[in-house]
Amino acid sequence: MKKTGAIWASEFVHNFRGNISAMIGSVIILFFIFIVAFGPSLVRQNPYDIASLQLIDAYKPPVWLPDGDPNYILGTDGQGRDVLASIVYGTRISLFIGLTAMICSSLIGSALGLIAGYYGGRLDGVIMRIADVQLSFPSILIALFLMSAFGKGIDNILISLTCVGWVIYARTVRGSTLSEKQKEYVQAAKAAGLPNRLIIVRHILPNVLTPLIVVGTIQIGTFILIEASLSFLGVGVPITKPSLGLLVKNGFDVLLSGLWWTSVFPGAFIMLLVFGINLLGDFLRDELNPRLK
Amino acid sequence: MTDKLLSIRGLKIYFHTFAGVIKAVDGVDFSVDEGEILGVVGESGCGKSVVGFSIMGLTEPPGRIETGEIRFNGVNLPDLDERRMRKIRGKEIAMVFQDPMTSLNPLYTIQDQMEEVMKLHGDMTAEQRKNRCIELLTEVGISQPQTRLKNYPHQFSGGMRQRVIVAIALASNPKLVIADEPTTALDVTIQSQILKLMKRLVKEHRTAMILITHDLAVVSEMTDKIMVMYCGRIVEKGTRDDIINRCRHPYTIGLLGSIPKLASRQNRLFQIPGMVPNIMNLPPGCSFAPRCDYAKDRCRTVHPELADIEPGHETACYYPVER
Repeated sequence: MKKTGAIWASEFVHNFRGNISAMIGSVIILFFIFIVAFGPSLVRQNPYDIASLQLIDAYKPPVWLPDGDPNYILGTDGQGRDVLASIVYGTRISLFIGLTAMICSSLIGSALGLIAGYYGGRLDGVIMRIADVQLSFPSILIALFLMSAFGKGIDNILISLTCVGWVIYARTVRGSTLSEKQKEYVQAAKAAGLPNRLIIVRHILPNVLTPLIVVGTIQIGTFILIEASLSFLGVGVPITKPSLGLLVKNGFDVLLSGLWWTSVFPGAFIMLLVFGINLLGDFLRDELNPRLK
Repeated sequence: MTDKLLSIRGLKIYFHTFAGVIKAVDGVDFSVDEGEILGVVGESGCGKSVVGFSIMGLTEPPGRIETGEIRFNGVNLPDLDERRMRKIRGKEIAMVFQDPMTSLNPLYTIQDQMEEVMKLHGDMTAEQRKNRCIELLTEVGISQPQTRLKNYPHQFSGGMRQRVIVAIALASNPKLVIADEPTTALDVTIQSQILKLMKRLVKEHRTAMILITHDLAVVSEMTDKIMVMYCGRIVEKGTRDDIINRCRHPYTIGLLGSIPKLASRQNRLFQIPGMVPNIMNLPPGCSFAPRCDYAKDRCRTVHPELADIEPGHETACYYPVER
């Protein structure tokens, strides 16, 4: 067991070290993990604490511009909030939403995909037709519709993103389940007297997991973007818990009057975060796909 | 008939497809005694595997058991619900599959997969299970079972995997093992090793076995009784000696004739003329009549039933070949 683990790890690590974009991606992600973990203790201000805000410091430009204040490296917004501090706190919310929604939708999606693929028949038809209908709408539209029905809030965003995101897991898992269940080891498990649910959980699930890791990684990025769009459109997170997307929106109103930093920096962070996730996701896709080996 | 371990009467399994009804198994009777090895022979698509799966209760839609009974230890298996059937699968009746490359789950160690059956059907402690695994692996001739238990299937060769699969099948001391083409995917030298191993183990444990194969050479080596199927029906059955040395049905004779003999000089290998008829559109009489040298008008109109030609040796032919 140890031996195979080492071989797998070393090949993986070897390919990883030869892949520059994967390295860049993971550096970016490590940077964001660092921000999420230690950022709040490093910035000088808690942007949610209204008492700490100085209205007199409103719309300070970044430190390298004339009038820049060394206390506010990336400048401040209309309430005198430090843009860097807002970004640090906003990144936490964005990443939390992306990760949690990915976990929820992968759990629901793969459960439905396993059921559809394994049992087939009418159940399969119903589940996959729902998925087809859903795929015929742009996901942002569905999320937008759901958010306007549910109202703002992080919990509602998670629900909407899960409703949008389960489809891709269901389809991926169903496809792999269909091919896995033809294999003789599934027949053998049946012939050994294993009940269906144990066959699904113990034998099929582990064998369809690899594509899920890839889809999941890339989907975190997608979810962060959808959440940012929703917040930008004003149906996302509440104003008291600004995510990166809401920060962009808040700054957008004054963007054209030359106060660009309140909007551009959060936007750049979204871009960087999603870019990093996608770089790593692409590497995982190439690495974990047995067909490309 | 009650003393038989397995007795099948009038078994019909049809596949209901859009193109029509496929009579994969059309009225099959046979029985297996305790500790007996029955060989089921026939070419691809003759329904032999379908019979095997139906005994396990694993007939998959669109296939359906239309009529017939499968009595195992006096219980009619098709009457049992899924829960009680699961208690029989793996414990009383085990199965060995064709392809050792895919019939083990690549993600679990050999030990995990061997213990799965034991956990399911017995209440052994972890210690006992491990000892049983080692004992089984030793029995099937895998050296260093202690360390091999921790290996994954890809670390085993095809022949060794098939040994492991045999070991898994025997793990819970089943009364009947159904081996569906157990050696087709192996090369010839390994084939005979595995077959000898299976024969020895089955005889030692007094386990009955149904050996499904298209290879008459395989069954002639190890079975007690042989049954030859063609297009979902039994054309001839009897003891091994009956079939190998005294077969009377033209199809069986054709099958035996198409095995190359290394010992004697032979110019051309015999070949059964024609093709297997489309199973959706079988001829009205004997299914083999269109390919049979001996067929007469009667063969083409009414299907012959199995009839004794000697005690225990039955054939479904109006004009059994005199030899």
